[in-house]
Amino acid sequence: MEGTLPLTSREQILGNARAALNRRQGDPAPPPPPVLLTEVLSAGLVEQFAKALEALAGKVVIVKTPADAEVAIDKALNGRSFIRSSEPFSRDAIAFVEVGITSADYGLADTGSLVMFTESHESRLLSLLPPCHIAVIRSSQIVPSLDDVFRLRPLPGERSSAMVVITGPSRTGDIEMRLVRGVHGPGEIHVIIVEDDVTYSD
Amino acid sequence: MVRVSLFVTCIVDQVFPNVGIAMAEVLERAGCELEFRESQTCCAQPAFNSGYRDQARSVAEHFLTTFEGAEYIVVPSGSCCSMISHHFAELLPGDKRVHDLEPRVWEFSQFLTNVLKIEDVGAAFDGLVTYHDSCHALRELKIKDGPRRLLQNVRGLRLVEMDTAEECCGFGGTFSVKFPEISGGMVRTKIDSIERTGASTVVSIDSSCLMQIQGALSRAGSKIRTMHLAEVLASK
Amino acid sequence: MKTPDVTAALGNSKLQLAIYSATARMAERRRENLTPDYQDLRQHAHDIKKHTLNHLDYYLEQLEKNVEARGGKVIWAKDGAEACAFIQKLARGRGVKVIVKSKSMTTEEIHLNDHLEGDGIEAVETDLGEYILQLNGEKPFHIIAPALHKTIGDVSEVFEKHLHSKPETSPEALTQIARIALREKFLEAGMGITGANFLIADSGAVVVVENEGNARLSSSAPKIHVAVSGIEKLIPRAQDLAVFLKLLGRSATGQSLSVYTSFLAGPKREGEPDGPEEFYLVLLDNGRTKLLADESKRQSLYCIRCGACLNHCPVYRKIGGYNYPWVYSGPIGKILTPQFMGVEHDPWLPFASSLCGACGEVCPVKIEIPRILLELRSDKVAAGGDSGELWSFKVWSWVMRHPKIYAKLASVALSAAPTKKDSLFAVGPLKNWLSQRDLPVPPAKSFRDLWKERSR
Repeated sequence: MEGTLPLTSREQILGNARAALNRRQGDPAPPPPPVLLTEVLSAGLVEQFAKALEALAGKVVIVKTPADAEVAIDKALNGRSFIRSSEPFSRDAIAFVEVGITSADYGLADTGSLVMFTESHESRLLSLLPPCHIAVIRSSQIVPSLDDVFRLRPLPGERSSAMVVITGPSRTGDIEMRLVRGVHGPGEIHVIIVEDDVTYSD
Repeated sequence: MVRVSLFVTCIVDQVFPNVGIAMAEVLERAGCELEFRESQTCCAQPAFNSGYRDQARSVAEHFLTTFEGAEYIVVPSGSCCSMISHHFAELLPGDKRVHDLEPRVWEFSQFLTNVLKIEDVGAAFDGLVTYHDSCHALRELKIKDGPRRLLQNVRGLRLVEMDTAEECCGFGGTFSVKFPEISGGMVRTKIDSIERTGASTVVSIDSSCLMQIQGALSRAGSKIRTMHLAEVLASK
Repeated sequence: MKTPDVTAALGNSKLQLAIYSATARMAERRRENLTPDYQDLRQHAHDIKKHTLNHLDYYLEQLEKNVEARGGKVIWAKDGAEACAFIQKLARGRGVKVIVKSKSMTTEEIHLNDHLEGDGIEAVETDLGEYILQLNGEKPFHIIAPALHKTIGDVSEVFEKHLHSKPETSPEALTQIARIALREKFLEAGMGITGANFLIADSGAVVVVENEGNARLSSSAPKIHVAVSGIEKLIPRAQDLAVFLKLLGRSATGQSLSVYTSFLAGPKREGEPDGPEEFYLVLLDNGRTKLLADESKRQSLYCIRCGACLNHCPVYRKIGGYNYPWVYSGPIGKILTPQFMGVEHDPWLPFASSLCGACGEVCPVKIEIPRILLELRSDKVAAGGDSGELWSFKVWSWVMRHPKIYAKLASVALSAAPTKKDSLFAVGPLKNWLSQRDLPVPPAKSFRDLWKERSR
């Protein structure tokens, strides 16, 4: 027998939904349609990544060793102030620095994207507030597409409060449909890829 | 001998009878035996589109009675044809007569290309022509290339594409008189596009679109004429 | 039937050009980026949405459980007032003076900003287009491109007036002005509010898709993140995003992926350097369960707010977003508004369409918009109110079942019809027709007469 207390909004909403669908509380749901993840060609991932990101006005440098990567970072910095996520920094400093240097968890070859999980302890704001973002990744971290990330990490929120997929510099077309880069996020993005011998395979 | 029952549509019957005559001539030349059942009137689209399903249903039933037993029903209109083949089932769900009828109703150009398998009717027409894709024909009946191939095989005819071929002309039945300003704006965009092609004639497979486009061309003082595909294909 | 006054919009050639070219560009980019598997993808997306909405209660409960497991809190809001009341109370309780908001049609639907401003809280729209409009006290014009009707000159004037900036003539310079002004707000705000493109049941997550970075900032910089979402945005699994993200960017602007896709599963975890300390998900009903009950039109709730239907609608492209009665414009607005508000609210709305079908063809989740429009028209007629029109169609139906009478009446009517627009007889529908175009000259003989002669 129903209680005489008024229903909470939660009860009302769920109750209305069930009534609308002719279901009762506790009714199970049949399995959903199977997950659809496509297979994209796996050859030349590093080159594909570079081409895709450069088409978005990102800059890509491929190097052979971590030492070469340092040289590339210096060149990209061009004397500007920076914070590296691998060294201690204060959150307030992020708002004033010109360049943020981070790692990333994956690169997506088909779209030239970077994927970052917060469980890797990268600051969310470091790849977002400074006008320039430099990311250093290994070539083995580049997978064909976002579908592959979902294959590898079906529950992105398991250990991270956030996963972000970054595809090129921040942009808008809100003023007369004219493309402008660097609205709120970085307008300049560099990815330095250190080639290691491992390549992605299923 | 292919036996065809003509459903000319109320607009062709009363406003553009030459379209019906032209269609009949083309079909006869293609070897069809024709009949015209006099009790035919309308496909019920005006009532259905205006939300009057009961009234639409009774006229649809009149159609079913009229065309009982017909082997092929050929229609010089994409919108009337799709009303019959796609929407009668909504008015009369589960009705066997509708189910039997659907595969036998054909829009004129599709009947030529898909049933008679003809792409050259032996017509001749001199001039630069552009083609307007009427919405129901394009999106419900998937008619796009057929009329273009038929036109390209007409001797002396040169086909040029307008840049808004697939955009609606703005007729939409009662929409044209309920929202005249919007309808007028849409057709003016269409005729601007037609004028840019330099064509002397614009062709469609729907007389209602042609009525809308012709009305706008004439109001704008244009010399461009409209013709139904059947009229072009009947030309020698 | 009363119809909206579109004369101003149609007569404004600057506006016409802006709408037409902006929508043409988005449509062109979409077409260029269609992949061979597009039809399969959209069918799959449709099927997932169908499954989810057909079992919505199950997935809502799963979502709530997972949000709470990740340290967030779910607020169930049966209507806009309740959603706003919660947010106001939370802001007051935490002493929040400034809120940063990223673009959310749902928050427009519930007039959130008006409620917050009433409380003396500064709620700043951070999406560039929305920011411009907010400064000027205007509403969004298009789901994806809110300020598409504004020129560079217009925007400069708005900034000069409200931000005391100097006149600028490049979009880069204007964007920079907004970036600097808004940066302060992001860092000062005590709360960030976003919408949600998708809600993920198996992860207790919200997904926010954007190009500028303001949603990332709104959900990462302030201590409190509130996401407001309609209950229909649910999909079952994180992995289902693969299909939806492929469709969303491409349908909206032709991009294969938008610049930032944020998958947000609760407040920051132990050891993470930054992120919000509190996360609230406000689940809004506001009539959605009512739409859910209509099985035939339920798919109206599948919408992922990509804007493709607006970009392809010849009516929207002529009259723009302001001539629609509610926050949702274009074809999706035409089917949502009568279902939320009742057909009698704006009875003309489902009829303001030529039924060209372009919308249904481009919808990435295969909502049958034209079919639903036809059903809404039938609903409107069933609700009554236009006895004159009903009577006309009854007569029409009778005539059309009596062929001999039809044949006689038709020829009489046609010969009497005025072809000139100044004729005395040009009234009602005839007057409306003639206001825009000429009528054809009626033929001397009908087809059936000619056929009779031919057969002799």
